[in-house]
Amino acid sequence: MAIHKISLKVNGQQEELEVPSNMTLMTMLREKLILTGTKNACSNGQCGACTVLMNGQPVQSCLVLAVEADGAEIVTVEGLSKNGKLIPLQELMIEKGAVQCGFCTPGMVMTAYALLQRNPHPTEEQIREAISGNICRCSGFVQLVEAIQAAANLQ
Amino acid sequence: MAVKNIKKQIPDLIGENITRIDSFEKVTGSAAFTDDVQFGPRLLHGKIKRSPHPHAIIKKIDTSKAEVFPGVKAVVTGNDYPQYIGMYLKDRFIFARDRVRFVGEPVAAVAATTEEIAEEALELIDVEYEVLKPVFDPLYGASPDAPLIHPDLGNYDVPNYIYPVSGTNIANHFKLRKGDVDSAWKDCAAIVERQYYVPHIQPAPMETHIGVALAEENGNVTLWSSTQSPFEQRNQIAKALGIPRNKFRVVGNFVGGGFGCKAGVTMEALPVAIALKVKGHPVKVRLTREEEFYTNFLRQGLVIKVKVGCDKKGKLLALENTMYWDGGGYTDYGVNITRAGGFSCTGPYNVPNVKADSYCVYTNRPIGGSYRGFGMAELHTGIVQIMDELAEKINMDKVEFLLLNGIQGGDINQTGMVMHPVGTTEVIKSLAKGIEWGKKNPPSAPNKRRGKGIGFIWKAPTQPPNAGSSAWLRINEDGTVNLGIGGQELGQGSFTAMSQIAAGVLGVPLEMVKISSPVDTEYSPYEWQTVASRLTWSCGNAVKAAAEDARQQVLQIVATAWQEDVDDLDLKDGYVVSQKSGKEIPLKDFAVTGIPKENFNGWTGGPVLGVGSFMPTYVTGMDKETGQGEHPLVHWTVGGEAMEIEIDLDTGQLEIIKAVNSFDVGKAINPELVRAQMIGGYAQGLSAAMFEEIKFKDGVVENPSFVDYRVVNAIDMPREIETFIVEVPQNDGPWGARGVGEHPTVPTIGVLGNAIHDAIGVRLYGPPYTPEKIFLAMVDAGIVK
Repeated sequence: MAIHKISLKVNGQQEELEVPSNMTLMTMLREKLILTGTKNACSNGQCGACTVLMNGQPVQSCLVLAVEADGAEIVTVEGLSKNGKLIPLQELMIEKGAVQCGFCTPGMVMTAYALLQRNPHPTEEQIREAISGNICRCSGFVQLVEAIQAAANLQ
Repeated sequence: MAVKNIKKQIPDLIGENITRIDSFEKVTGSAAFTDDVQFGPRLLHGKIKRSPHPHAIIKKIDTSKAEVFPGVKAVVTGNDYPQYIGMYLKDRFIFARDRVRFVGEPVAAVAATTEEIAEEALELIDVEYEVLKPVFDPLYGASPDAPLIHPDLGNYDVPNYIYPVSGTNIANHFKLRKGDVDSAWKDCAAIVERQYYVPHIQPAPMETHIGVALAEENGNVTLWSSTQSPFEQRNQIAKALGIPRNKFRVVGNFVGGGFGCKAGVTMEALPVAIALKVKGHPVKVRLTREEEFYTNFLRQGLVIKVKVGCDKKGKLLALENTMYWDGGGYTDYGVNITRAGGFSCTGPYNVPNVKADSYCVYTNRPIGGSYRGFGMAELHTGIVQIMDELAEKINMDKVEFLLLNGIQGGDINQTGMVMHPVGTTEVIKSLAKGIEWGKKNPPSAPNKRRGKGIGFIWKAPTQPPNAGSSAWLRINEDGTVNLGIGGQELGQGSFTAMSQIAAGVLGVPLEMVKISSPVDTEYSPYEWQTVASRLTWSCGNAVKAAAEDARQQVLQIVATAWQEDVDDLDLKDGYVVSQKSGKEIPLKDFAVTGIPKENFNGWTGGPVLGVGSFMPTYVTGMDKETGQGEHPLVHWTVGGEAMEIEIDLDTGQLEIIKAVNSFDVGKAINPELVRAQMIGGYAQGLSAAMFEEIKFKDGVVENPSFVDYRVVNAIDMPREIETFIVEVPQNDGPWGARGVGEHPTVPTIGVLGNAIHDAIGVRLYGPPYTPEKIFLAMVDAGIVK
């Protein structure tokens, strides 16, 4: 397996890494950079738990090869809060009770964050559509939709 | 205010909507799940070689090539581990030994320096099988024609309330007989007899099963796992391997979804068995999503035949229920689910004459295990729909039928137990009100039809009669508090609720209390399992007792030091205050180091450590032939759902317009958390009702991925959900609390079936109610062409 040198920005920090051809961005984040906030729930692009931002767009990091991220800017859930200060979306998810087991949560946060970046005032249907690719087995989505709506209202 | 009076009031925080205390870690991604923990460079990766056959004899296993593959540090097979393991009926080995009984059964394993090397090495293990005739149907499996899957069934270790039938594939036959069903039919003005099919489904938590095990040369073993049951996991694995409990440590990190499937031991003995061969190296076994779908313990399939009859006023007279559970290749947990289905067989109704036979049947399917509801969703798939049909047959309004027949406090239920007070009437009335029962809304388009359905259910915690909980509470030098529990946080909010109880009872602000986590059998107090919707009730009682104990110690120290009466002292907001003298002292001044006597001539007190435990001591057995007993279950939680739906005649697609949930929880310690359980549980129930089904072909799972195994998403959910919390106190619950974690998943299949019938006049006898099924049923009924 060939090893490639890649250079990319992750959460605002420049990283120089060596990765094998077949390593996914998800595995690179979790195992090379020990950024374990991004979750591996299926490895097959079916569930959304591994969602990160790549050049501002939400992607399923298990479907992106690490080598494809060469030169890219990646934002993971760890990159949203600074020095323990949460973004309003995160505060509202806590307040509204949108978090249960927490395993889908980082992916949900990244998907919702990306939605609010591209559509600052989404309708309820647009919110549901945007998170329909993020599976949650615990919550039924009600409080999460409320949290995203409340975050949009602040924008 | 005397201490005695304070105890009688409900403390602060109990009943309040406290924000979850674990959300911060989860929204920032810093919460450590087992795969996030870093185990260092000695970590090895374990991969499992699995049977490709549903039923076969293992003739030969050759591991020689795998053993010498570079990077491989250990290879393990069933030859290394002859011990049986299991929860109730001990019928399986850690790795298959003489034969395999389902596709996916572990046969061998490799530990290697990387996952890739481990996977390559698996290919080098040669297994020779002699294929046997498989069983794929529980009715066939129970018949004399079927091949025996467990010829040694009669010799298996089993508790005295499970009844295997030796020489057959029946791992458990639970019988219930009350009154005289055979004579009662002639008195019935209306009888309905139906058969329903409930398919296998997978719990599919977002975090797949995982275990990391480290065995040390000194005999200590540590297992880090995603588990609902650190203590029961330790108990079963240590017992099977002959390791003293105090040398076997289980560390339970946050659980990314449990739903019952991370109870007991499922795959967690595998990393331990491998680790014992590579002492000093942690070995990680993490199921891929595919493995999670085709090898995880799944909800048993069920064929349920129900016959029910009532008098001309609609009063239920007789019910006969025969259940054939598709238990899979091993039934160590499934036998108890079968029992639960049997002893709950009527649903929450007062029926004087009952006959039930509940069979757990071996088949060559994956292992049936516990999943939210523990048999109740499957049972009520039949009960909720048949009661609906019976009400129609007797020309009675369905809500009136439920109110007439719903079980009430004082009734003698199907097990002979006298029912405690339950909120049956309030639950049913709230559902009717929430869904506006009786009001028919027009469809949103000419090609659509609207319908409403309602259903009433129950469940009792299904646990051994002597399942216990314990807790400790330690006050620190600065007045903060550590609370030790053995219960796990699965997302249901247990850490939050237990913190509320501790802080409220002790008399300190909530922010001062921290749960000592992760739960760790080395330091945490014993908890049987975080299952059965029992934690708020059972662990809640233990935490309450520990907090009361700590509180008494604190007050006694001050009473002695101040030479005052304990009854004149109160502990509030972290301060002990005397009602008599007006003196006050903060906990931080003395809760560890005591209070100095005058002129420092000695000390009063010492480190405060509260302990508490709870175990029900009143549970009696059930008669083997009749299922009758004086107090065989701890309690029952009743509740139900109602839904309004719309069906598209052109596509068969369903839209859920509104859902209403109502459950009697005795006392909601945190109403928002109860509401979250109702909505989340409803979503899982809806998913099973609309979409979920494990599809088998010749014993192979055909849809082991979220692409082909559809689960509910944000678009499928109704836009309007109303929840009702009913509170009829449970006499031995903390302030009357009873569990509700599982119950909201239970009614949904039945209620949706009723709503579909109301909309289009067609009954479906098996979920999932997919658009194809609905459309084809409409074609068959002549409703559409």
